[in-house]
This record gives sequence, structure tokens and C-alpha cells, in this order.
Amino acid sequence: MAKLRVQIVTAEREVLTEDDVDMVVAPGSEGVVGILPRHAPLLTTLNPGVIRIKKGGVESSMAVGGGFLQVANDRIRILADTAEREDEVDEARADAARQRAQAALQDALKSGQHTQAEAARTALRRSLVRIQVAQRRSGRRSAPTQSSTANTL
Amino acid sequence: MPSLRDIRRRIKSVKNTAQLTRALQLVAASRMRRAQQRVLAARPYAEAMRELIGELAGQSRAAGADLHPLLAHRTVAGVGVVLITPDRGLAGPLNTNIIRRGTEVIMREEGQSLNVQVVTAGRKGQDFLARRGRKLLGTFTGIIDRGAYDDAIPIARLVMDSYASGAIDRCFLVYPRFVSTLVQRPEVVQLLPVEGPATADDAANTGKDLEYIYEPNPGAILEALLPRYVEVQIYQALLETAASEQSARMVAMRNATDNAKELVQTYTLTYNKIRQAGITREVTEIASAAEAMAASSR
Repeated sequence: MAKLRVQIVTAEREVLTEDDVDMVVAPGSEGVVGILPRHAPLLTTLNPGVIRIKKGGVESSMAVGGGFLQVANDRIRILADTAEREDEVDEARADAARQRAQAALQDALKSGQHTQAEAARTALRRSLVRIQVAQRRSGRRSAPTQSSTANTL
Repeated sequence: MPSLRDIRRRIKSVKNTAQLTRALQLVAASRMRRAQQRVLAARPYAEAMRELIGELAGQSRAAGADLHPLLAHRTVAGVGVVLITPDRGLAGPLNTNIIRRGTEVIMREEGQSLNVQVVTAGRKGQDFLARRGRKLLGTFTGIIDRGAYDDAIPIARLVMDSYASGAIDRCFLVYPRFVSTLVQRPEVVQLLPVEGPATADDAANTGKDLEYIYEPNPGAILEALLPRYVEVQIYQALLETAASEQSARMVAMRNATDNAKELVQTYTLTYNKIRQAGITREVTEIASAAEAMAASSR
């Protein structure tokens, strides 16, 4: 059976290239997309979120902060604004970032500064994604912090 | 003929210079490795982005849809030039070459009676143009060494804003492209309006005939992609400049160190020759004196 070839790059570096991948799930801007071999050519923007890569029964995940995804001829190319493998995410730092973003969002909402609020929201989303990926690695599933902050988004 | 003391002083001074250039060479060598790795690591993204743009630009033209403003060709009255140079000298011919190329572009455009606005990143280009009394649209310094993506954003913003306001209708990016440790080539690329892939080869590789599904739609993807693309081009140019600078400096300083060593050798040879000549002279003087005395006492 055909397999997928996945390449994830950011402006700074090539984060990952992998052959013989069975499935990729990515946070498309119009909804989560799952890509199997022989997928139709697709070009989509990505929201901040988690990319899951399944290969031979093993699943790995990666936090991306938005970007673009291109599928053509069983080649998937992801141009990410930021991308971190699950073993690269520093959960403590991500949590600190989450708290900062939350405070900034609250400030901005109170004073009615829309652009700042939007920036803070994006930052918050990114930190949540990183936390999610870190927790996936350590085997825990969605922690309470996530559902409580999800409401403010 | 110089005196022994003069030569000794010369040797000492050249040795000091060699020590200095050697230190600079070592620093540049270690920075060079990092800068080269960075620029090579960043190239895949820039290339992937170029291919995507080509894909989409072709698509949006074929669909006859309104082109994105950053893609549209307008009648050109004002031209922007982004000149990227190192902040510091002692990098061999690198600065001269890149500044000359930049000046050529400026002259060429002004020769067609276009209004040229220059943005510089890097102190060398800024100083040169300021000395010639040119007003600069924007200047950025201290960012070449950092290699941070965030530093490219304000430059891209400035250029795109000027383009949107109609102050410039076309924009070139001039920077030293890092080819290898020994070769850095001044490069001029058109930043705006954004052009598709430079060669037909690139277009063929991406599979032009594929029917893509676009989410949400080509226009929206372009909207997100184009500003990012301009940033990436500038970011890439910053990294290329950093790698070029360190490479050029490393090579220049290595040559300087080698030259200094050669000079020391030549001076030492002369020094020894003169010393030996002095000794020989003294020996013959003593010998002839002794002979004369022996002859008179006989």
C-alpha cells in the first residue's frame, strides 16, 4: 500500500522529514483534516494546533502555531510558523506563557483593545497547544486547565 | 641598509598584527559555522514557500480572479531598494562588492527617472549612503548577527506599507548570497510585486496540472501567504548576509595572518643576513689587524 512522505519546515529549520507514514491529522483552518495515502491534492491554511503522525502503529505529535499544508502525490508539506516535537516542548515554560497570555487577554478585554486581545488570544491558543502536546507525551489526557481556559477563547 | 634594531622592531610589530588577525580569524570561524548552519537550515522553508506561491499565483491568474495587491504589476513611478550589508568591516571585499551592486541598482532605476527610496539593514550600507547625502526611508542595525525572524518583520512591514500607500511600485532586495566559504555573490531579487518561481523547472516540479482543493480558497490562502513570503525573503537575506560576513572575514583574516607570517620570515632572513654580514666584517677586521700586528713585530 502507498505511504505518505511528510516534511515539516519552519522559517528557521527543517523540523522533520519522514517516509512511510500511514496517516496525518492536522488542524486545518476549515476543520481538522485527516490525510491518508492517495489523498486528493490539497492546499490549506493551518490553525495553531496539534499535528498527529501515525506510522506503523506508533503515533507521534507535534505542536504547530499555524501555517500552511500542501498535499500532492502522497507528499505532505507543512510550512509551520512554529513547530515543536513533543519531546521538545517545555511544559513549565508553556504554562508560564499560558498564564501571561491569559493575563494579557483579560487586560485587553477590559480596556477594549481589540488588536491586543486578538494577539493575546493567538498566544494563548499556541501555549495551550504546546501544553496539550506535552501532556500527550507524558501519557496524561486533557487536564482541567484546558477546559477552564477554553471558555475564554 | 636598515639597522638591526629597525628590523627587530618591524618583526615585533608584524607579529603583533598577526596575533590580532589570528584572533579575529578564530572568532569569525566559530561564528561562521553557526551562521552557515542557520542559513542552510532555513533554505528548505524559503524554497517550499516559493513553490507554493508559484502554484497559487498561476491558479489565481488562470481563474481570472482579482490578483492580490502584492502580486499586481502597476505602472512604476517609485522604486524601493532594500540593501542588506554587514554591520562591520574587516571582511575583505564583501562590503565593497555588495554596496557597489546596490549602488548600481539605485543608479539604474534613477537613470530611468524613477524615484528611488532606500531601506538599509546593516551599518555599512547605511553609512555609505548617508555619506553620499542620500535620505533613507528606513535603517536597521544590529540585527545581522542575531539571525532572529522577528527582526525581519519590521523591514517587511515598512516595505509593504510603502507599497500599499503607493510610495513605491516595485521593490528590490540586494544582499550578499552565501555560496560557499570562499564565494559570496551579490544578489538582486525582486521583492514586490511578488513573482512566481524564477525558473520553469520549479514550476514543473510542483506538478502544475494538479487540481488542488483549496481551503478556504486560493484568495484567502494568498492573503495569508504573501506577507509571510515577503518576511521570509528578508529573513533569508539576513541569514545569507550573516553567513557571508563571517565567511568573508574568516578568509580575509586568514590571508592577513598568512601574509604576516611570510613577512616575518622575510624580515628574519634579512635580519640574519645583516647580522652575519656584521660578524664576517668584524672577523675579517680582527684577522687583518692581527696579521698586521704580526707582520710589524716580526
